[in-house]
Amino acid sequence: MTFIDYETLKLIWWLFIGVLLIGFAVMDGFDMGVTTWLPFLGKTDDERRVIINSVGPVWEGNQTWFITAGGAIFAAWPFVYAAAFSGLYIALLLVLFALFFRPVGFDYRSKLEDPRWRNMWDWGLFVGGAIPATVFGVAFGNLLLGLPFHYDDTLRSFYTGSFWALLNPFALLCGLTSLSMLMMHGAIYLQLRTDGEVQTRATKAAVAAGIICAVLFAIAGIWIAFGIEGYRITSIPDVNSAVNPLTKTVEKSIGGWLSNYHTYPWMMLAPVSGFAGIAIALWAGKQKYERTAFLFSSIAIAGIILTAGFSMFPFIMPSSTDMTSSLTLWDAVSSYKTLGIMFIVTLIFLPLITVYTSWVYRVMRGKVTIQQIQDNTHTSY
Amino acid sequence: MLPSAEVVDLSRLQFGATALYHFLFVPLTLGMTWILVIMESVYVMTGKQVYKDMTKFWGKLFGINFAMGVTTGITMEFQFGTNWAYYSHYVGDIFGAPLAIEGMMAFFLESTFVGLFFFGWNRLSKEKHLMVTFLVAIGSNLSALWILIANGWMQNPVGAEFNYETMRMELTNFAEVILNPVAQVKFVHTVAAGYTTAAMFVLGISSWYLLKKRDTGFALRSIAVASGFGLASVISVIVLGDESGYTTGEVQKVKLAAVEAEWHTEPAPASFTVMGLPNRDAERTDYAVKIPYVMGIIATRSTTEEVMGLIDIKNENEQRIRNGMTAYADLQRIKSGDKSDEAIAAFKKSKDDLGFGLLLKKYTPNVTDATEEDIKHAAKDTIPNVFVLFWSFRVMVAMGVLMLFIFAASFYFTAKRTISKQTWLLRLALFAIPVPWIAAEAGWIVAEMGRQPWTISGILPTHLSTSSLGAGELYFSIAGFIGFYTLLLIVEMFLMFRYARLGPSSLHTGRYYFERAGAPAGLTSH
Repeated sequence: MTFIDYETLKLIWWLFIGVLLIGFAVMDGFDMGVTTWLPFLGKTDDERRVIINSVGPVWEGNQTWFITAGGAIFAAWPFVYAAAFSGLYIALLLVLFALFFRPVGFDYRSKLEDPRWRNMWDWGLFVGGAIPATVFGVAFGNLLLGLPFHYDDTLRSFYTGSFWALLNPFALLCGLTSLSMLMMHGAIYLQLRTDGEVQTRATKAAVAAGIICAVLFAIAGIWIAFGIEGYRITSIPDVNSAVNPLTKTVEKSIGGWLSNYHTYPWMMLAPVSGFAGIAIALWAGKQKYERTAFLFSSIAIAGIILTAGFSMFPFIMPSSTDMTSSLTLWDAVSSYKTLGIMFIVTLIFLPLITVYTSWVYRVMRGKVTIQQIQDNTHTSY
Repeated sequence: MLPSAEVVDLSRLQFGATALYHFLFVPLTLGMTWILVIMESVYVMTGKQVYKDMTKFWGKLFGINFAMGVTTGITMEFQFGTNWAYYSHYVGDIFGAPLAIEGMMAFFLESTFVGLFFFGWNRLSKEKHLMVTFLVAIGSNLSALWILIANGWMQNPVGAEFNYETMRMELTNFAEVILNPVAQVKFVHTVAAGYTTAAMFVLGISSWYLLKKRDTGFALRSIAVASGFGLASVISVIVLGDESGYTTGEVQKVKLAAVEAEWHTEPAPASFTVMGLPNRDAERTDYAVKIPYVMGIIATRSTTEEVMGLIDIKNENEQRIRNGMTAYADLQRIKSGDKSDEAIAAFKKSKDDLGFGLLLKKYTPNVTDATEEDIKHAAKDTIPNVFVLFWSFRVMVAMGVLMLFIFAASFYFTAKRTISKQTWLLRLALFAIPVPWIAAEAGWIVAEMGRQPWTISGILPTHLSTSSLGAGELYFSIAGFIGFYTLLLIVEMFLMFRYARLGPSSLHTGRYYFERAGAPAGLTSH
């Protein structure tokens, strides 16, 4: 295979992982947002079942974006897969434990009538939404700060930080940004898929979450510009070859994460889409343009995630304690052959996934109403 | 600094426990999807309502199981990174690919359509709904294919070589990875075991309805499907046993000798040890009961090929460990900056045994300064726990034979239309519900404990594969996993029993036992 050179493949894979992460945030993001709102927006059991069933038939496929992103990072960026997940051990376990509540929560909750049983699972679903939504933001915040890890000469990674150190003010800010972003997205999805009381409450909820998200996103931006050191590669071997991460040199400086926006001004489109997406989504929601609202909420998510990605480009996981151990899209990757094969596989299956997922959404389209739940009380979640 | 022995043991415990938990749910999913396809196909072809009810009711039980499969499955996708970071670095270039492809090709398909299976009944035509069920089955079975390609590569790592620039194994031939003979037999054997599991599940529960004399029409039709499907599956499991893959690959040879407790290479065809107490320290099997010729014929499918004994394998490995020390020294030379053609040529000559050299890291971090005693220890390490393998294998085979009998008898009496009268068989089938699970878990113990001391056969020792974690973190995670899983398993079993007891009445169609006037109360759930 010589159709694309190694350097281009490495860039493409940065883009693919970005697409998978955004796909995950947009698709599973509303599931997490919806279940975070579940105990608050659903006052009666029927209302809660409306909320649950608005995502019930599709959440499982949505979660697969997460699983697939994990698998793709393993295949394309094995260094990142190994160093990040073992380094952020406790944080990732919290996410996994929280996610455990979802498959069983959705399927088991309405199989018994006892209100205590159902209430317990509702809070389980809340945890399954709110915890991952927050921890993903905290993780991104810590990536921007750099993580305390280094390699030995066999490329074994050592993480020297603690779990509690992850919960620093900047990372928590990012965590809340991510949580409010997905709560906005979830509420906007509920506007689209419900009616009556639940829809009215969801509209208000979306506005509150959207405004909070925009404010936190702006604060994070200012913090990155004036308070946080960004990393920069000062020398690296030919990126078109197999690069050992320990062969480059790196420096850091305050405001360094903004340098890409000076070099490539078009990258400003990302933060602009973040803010504009939120504004248009909230406006459209108020005007009852529910589909438009959902579309722009998704654009806002893409914009916010891309802002983090563009700021760090080409870094994926900078090291704060041993800068040369930092992982970038040039040296954290698989071999040329593996990237090439996975490129073709992705090119075939990602469009296919999009097509059949759209078909499933088309089949399940329309509002979920209390009437429907009462008519199908034995088959609904 | 290498991971401590405690961390390695705890990591193995955690992976083993979470994988075995996961595999409580996977086989039922693998087989149940096809049973649902069969039942629904009959419904679409005949239009008979009872087959739709069967699809929906068994689908409900499938759903309760599926949720746990997903819950325990999420862990598996991330656990290589969290707990086996060096492994992930060392072989991620090859091992990551099938995992990622599994997500894109298979798991997406399965999970996108599984929602439609449950919620699409009123929104899709009969034919389209059947197609959805079919896609769920295809998705779950393709999932198994890719996971077993990944697992097969751990047993027989083909199509890859070591790259000293990046200090890891890299892909050289993807076709070899996919067409790996070990992966192929594993796939067939594992999915067929899954089909057997689902068939036993349906057969056992339906037998109980017959014993209780309720919903007999529903139960008899379910038994007809389960006994036919189960008989075909259990024959496949036995005929297409894993053994046919034991002739290739480094650890596969060891496993074969270990499950047969063959210490010394016997002249072909070797005798088969039915029972005995394998003693790893003394390198012999105490109280062995042997049948002449049988094992050689089963294992090699010939009367002339030998099955290599464990002690001979060990002696062979000792030589490879010595070569591995050379490989390690050659690698150190390159790493210290000497990239001359000569240095590279020297490494190329010995690098196939690099993994064997790494076995010595357990005894001396520098490898090259290993003493004779270290080498003997490392060679002895290449023989796994023969006792556990020997007995797990026998448990698996015994369970397989028992199921063959049950399915054959059920099939026979179903064909004769007298199964309702065979209460002994119905009772046996009911109590045999756990049997396929015992067989499957025992089978995995053989496959994975037999792979020790390697994570990647002949390439990467287990004691080097873990993450650089503290024991405290592992205690936390093990407690978390086992606590969560056990709690959820109890909830799952509770719902499973409840719905199995309710039977098709849980569909609220008005056609079944508990819904008739005068039936005992029992309909409080949904």
